[in-house]
Amino acid sequence: MSGQVKLSRRRFLQVLAGTAGALIVGIRTVRAATAQTPPDMLGDALYDMGVYVRVDADGTVLIGTRDPETGTGVATSLARIIADEMDADWQRVRVLPLGLGVADDNGKPRWLYGQQVGGTGNSMPRAWRDLRSAGALARWLLIRAAVPQLGVPPEQLRTEQGAVIAPDGRRIGYGELAAAAAKIALPPGPISLKTPDRYTLIGKPAGDIDARAIVTGQTPYTFDQHFGEMLVAVLAHCPWPDGQLTGLDSSAALAIKGVVKVIELKPDPKLPPGQTVIAPAVAVIAENTWVALQGQRALKLTWKPGASGSESTAALEQQASALLDSDAAPTTRVRDDGDVDKAKRKAARRVEATYYQPWLAHAASEPMNCLVRLDKTSATLYVPTQSPQQAWTVVQRLTGFAPDQIDIRVPRIGGGYGRRLDHDYVAEAVLLAKEVDKPLQLFWPRDEDLTHDFYRSGSVHKFSAIIDAKRHVLAWNQRVASASALTNRGVPSDHVWTSEVSANQLPAGLVPNYRSDWFGLASSLPRGPHRGMPDVTNAFAVGSFIDEIAHSLKEDPLVTQLRLIGEPRLVPLQGGGAIDTARLINVLKLVADRINWKDWLHSVNGLGIACWHTGGAYVAHAIEVSMQGEKLTIERVVCAVDVGRVINPMGLEGQVAGATLDALSTALNLAITVKDGKVQQSTWKDYQLASMAQLPRTVEVITVPGEGDPAGASFLAMPTVAPALANAVFRVSAVRVRRLPLMKELLRLL
Amino acid sequence: MAQDHAALPSKAADITPTPVRPGIDLQINGEAFHHTGDPEMPLLWYLRDVLRLNGTKYGGEHGEGGADLVLVNGKATSAISVTMSKLADKKITTVEGLTDRKGAGLHPLQQAFIDEDAIGCGYCTPGWLIASMDLLNRVKDPSDNDIDTLPNLCRCGCQTRVRKAVKRAAAAMKQGAKA
Repeated sequence: MSGQVKLSRRRFLQVLAGTAGALIVGIRTVRAATAQTPPDMLGDALYDMGVYVRVDADGTVLIGTRDPETGTGVATSLARIIADEMDADWQRVRVLPLGLGVADDNGKPRWLYGQQVGGTGNSMPRAWRDLRSAGALARWLLIRAAVPQLGVPPEQLRTEQGAVIAPDGRRIGYGELAAAAAKIALPPGPISLKTPDRYTLIGKPAGDIDARAIVTGQTPYTFDQHFGEMLVAVLAHCPWPDGQLTGLDSSAALAIKGVVKVIELKPDPKLPPGQTVIAPAVAVIAENTWVALQGQRALKLTWKPGASGSESTAALEQQASALLDSDAAPTTRVRDDGDVDKAKRKAARRVEATYYQPWLAHAASEPMNCLVRLDKTSATLYVPTQSPQQAWTVVQRLTGFAPDQIDIRVPRIGGGYGRRLDHDYVAEAVLLAKEVDKPLQLFWPRDEDLTHDFYRSGSVHKFSAIIDAKRHVLAWNQRVASASALTNRGVPSDHVWTSEVSANQLPAGLVPNYRSDWFGLASSLPRGPHRGMPDVTNAFAVGSFIDEIAHSLKEDPLVTQLRLIGEPRLVPLQGGGAIDTARLINVLKLVADRINWKDWLHSVNGLGIACWHTGGAYVAHAIEVSMQGEKLTIERVVCAVDVGRVINPMGLEGQVAGATLDALSTALNLAITVKDGKVQQSTWKDYQLASMAQLPRTVEVITVPGEGDPAGASFLAMPTVAPALANAVFRVSAVRVRRLPLMKELLRLL
Repeated sequence: MAQDHAALPSKAADITPTPVRPGIDLQINGEAFHHTGDPEMPLLWYLRDVLRLNGTKYGGEHGEGGADLVLVNGKATSAISVTMSKLADKKITTVEGLTDRKGAGLHPLQQAFIDEDAIGCGYCTPGWLIASMDLLNRVKDPSDNDIDTLPNLCRCGCQTRVRKAVKRAAAAMKQGAKA
C-alpha cells in the first residue's frame, strides 16, 4: 500500500491507494459525545479511521462490516448502507467481516472502527450516524476522477450502479476510476449525503449476504476454523461456580491414546464475572475432539460446593415474594411520579396481581468455543464474540501483549443472545494455550453450556393499580424482585437495577401516579446480559396486568389499552427522548385490524394483544389460540413493528418473525431450575426449545414505513409475545397464567 | 505342505488376491473414503476433525436439535449418534453434497431456503436442509402436518420460513420433474 494521504485531525475520511490501482476509503468514527451530530455535518468531530470500502480495478467493491454477525442480518444491512450511499452495483459487492480494529496508542488500545458490538440492537443506529460517510466520500472521489475523461464538471455527473455517468449517457465504471480517485485531494468540507428519494438499496429487500455459503455448508463459524497441528481442549466444570476441586484422578484419561495433557483451571476471584473462568474446571487437551471428549468422560473428579451449594431457584422465589410482601424499603426506587399513596384514597377499584418468571439459559446453537494461536509476540484468535473489544481486554490481561499484537477475528456466529458479551471461554482458551506449544481449540459440550451459563435471573412482579370512576388508571405501583445481571460487574450499586427494569417502560409517563420499585435478590448463581432484557420480563407482567384491569372493568382489553395510552402526543422519557404515542397506537391498531379484533368477544378462539416500546421503536402482537382439552394451538400470530426507516425489509421481517418464535418457544417451555446450587437442565431434552409442530405455521409481520433514523430490531419483537399469548389463553380457557413457562403452569391450573 | 504349494508355479486363474485391508470403506458425497482410525469415532467428528467437512454441525451429545444430521443411504441420521463402525459401504450425503455436482448448481431445496430467507444465524441450517431433503425424498408434496415432523430445533426462530421453503422446494422439484 502506498500514497497514504496525510490529513489533519479535522478531516473525516482517509484515502489510500491500494495495490493494483485500488481506491480505499476509511472513515473516522464519531465520538460518543457527538452522537447527535446531524448526518450532513459528519466529519467535524471525527477522529479515527479503518478501512470500510475498497474499489478494485476490476470493479469489485469490497465492503468491510465492523459489527459481529450473530444472525440478525447486520452484515448485510451495514454493507447496503455503504453501498447505497456510493451507488455501488450490489451484484459486484463483496462483504468482508472486519476483525477487531485496534492500534497501539502508547500501550493503550485505540479502537479503529469505534464500537464493535453485535446483537444488542444498536448496530443500525450507529451505522446510520457514521458509516454512510464512507460511501459518500468514495462516490465524491470517483465522480471527480471521471471529470478529465468525460470533460464535464462534477456537478453535472451522476452515479448509478457502479458507474459515473455524463449527461450525454457516456459512462465509466468505478473500477476504471479507482486508481485516479485515490490520488484526488479530499473535499475541503463536509460532503452531503444522499436524500432518501435517491436510495436504491435502502428500503429494498435483500437476502443475507452469506445465504448461499450457508446453504452449501461453506460458511465457516469459529468452531469450523482450525490451525495446523491444533489441539482440542474439552472442559469439565465444577457444578458450583464457587466450589472447589477436591479430587482429581486423570490416569484413565491420560491413558487414552491422543490425550496430551490434563490441566486444572480456577476462576480469578478478583476479576468480574465474564472476564475469568466461570467455575473451577479440568481440561483434557487432546489431538482431536473425539479423543478429548473421551478423555473428559474418563476423568474422575470430586467437587466440593461453595456457598451457592445451598441455593435453589425455589428458595430465591420465596425470598423475592417475602421481600415484595414486606414493608422493606426497595433496593432502588426506579421511578415515582405523582403520589401513589394519596391516589389510593380515591380508589373506585383496585386491581392486584403477582407474576413469576423463571431463570433462563442462553442456549446458543454454536457451542461455546474459541481458537487460539500464541507465540512469543502475538496472539491470534478466532472468537465467536458479540464484543471483540471485551474479548481483547481478556486476552491482553492474560498475555501482556501490546494492543496490536492481539489479532481477534470474528467469523459469523451461531447465535449470541447476550451469552457472548461475556468472555469466560476466551480466558479459558488463552490460559490453556499457554500450557501447550501448539494452537488450541476450546470446546464446551452442550451439557457444560446449559449448566454453566450467565443466566437470566428469575423474577417476581407484584403489581397493583388504582382505577378511578371514569375507568382511568389513576395509580400504578409495581414492585419487582430479581437478582441483577450487573452485580459485581463494576457497576455502581445504585445502578445495578438497570439490567432488570427500565424507568421508561410502559405505562411510565402515561399514568399520573406511577411508582416502580426494584428489590435486589442475593444469589451466587452467575447472571449476565440476556436477549431482550430488561424489557422481556416486565413486558409480560405489564401486558398481562393491563388485560387483568380490562377484565376487572369487564371491557375489551384493546379499549383499556387505548385509554391507558391516551391521545397521540409526545411523552418525555427520563434521560431524554420521548414516546410517540401515535406510533404506539398505530402498531396496536394494525395488529388488531389484521387479527379481526372486533371478533374478540364472540370468537370461539382466544384473542390476546399487547404493545411495547423500547429503544425508539414500537411493537405490538396479537395472537389467536385454540384449545382442545389440554392441547393448545397457536392459530395466528400478527406482529407490527415501527423502527423508523427500514434498511432491509426482508431482513427486518425475518428478524421479527424469528424473535417472535424465539419468544414463543421461551414463554411456552423454558425454565432453568437450580437445586442445591446445581442447574438441573443439561440437554435439549431438559431445556426444550419449541418444536416445529408446537409453533405457529406462520407469523404475519407488518412493518410500518418510516422516515426517522433507523432503530435496532434485534430483540424488538420479543417483549409483547408472552403477554399477548397469556391474554389469548385466558380468553379461550378462563385460566390466567401468571407464571412462565406457560405450558407447565396452564396444565397445572386446568 | 505349504512349501509344496510354494514350489508349484501358480496358474493365473489361481491368483485371487485378498489383501487384508483394515478399516472402513464408505462413500461421502460421491467420493470414496477409507477410515483406519478408531471405529467407535462418531461420524460427526470424522467429518469435522478428519475430513474438515465442516458443514455438519455439533448441536449436542445426543443429536437432539438436528444440527448434525446427514443422509445415510438417503435417510436423515444424527452424525454424532452413529459410529464409523456402522458405516461400512454406506453412502453418506452431507450439506456440502446437496449441490448438483454436474451442473454445480444449487439444489431446488437450497435455492428455496435462500429465496424464503429461511436462515437465522445459519448454524442449524444444514441440519434443516438434510431433514427437509429426507422428507422430500419420502413425500413429494408434503403437507403442513408432514412438515411438523421435522425434528430440528432453531433458537433464531426460522421455522415459519423453513416451512415456506420446503413447500417452495416441493413445487420447484415437481416442476423440474415435469420439464
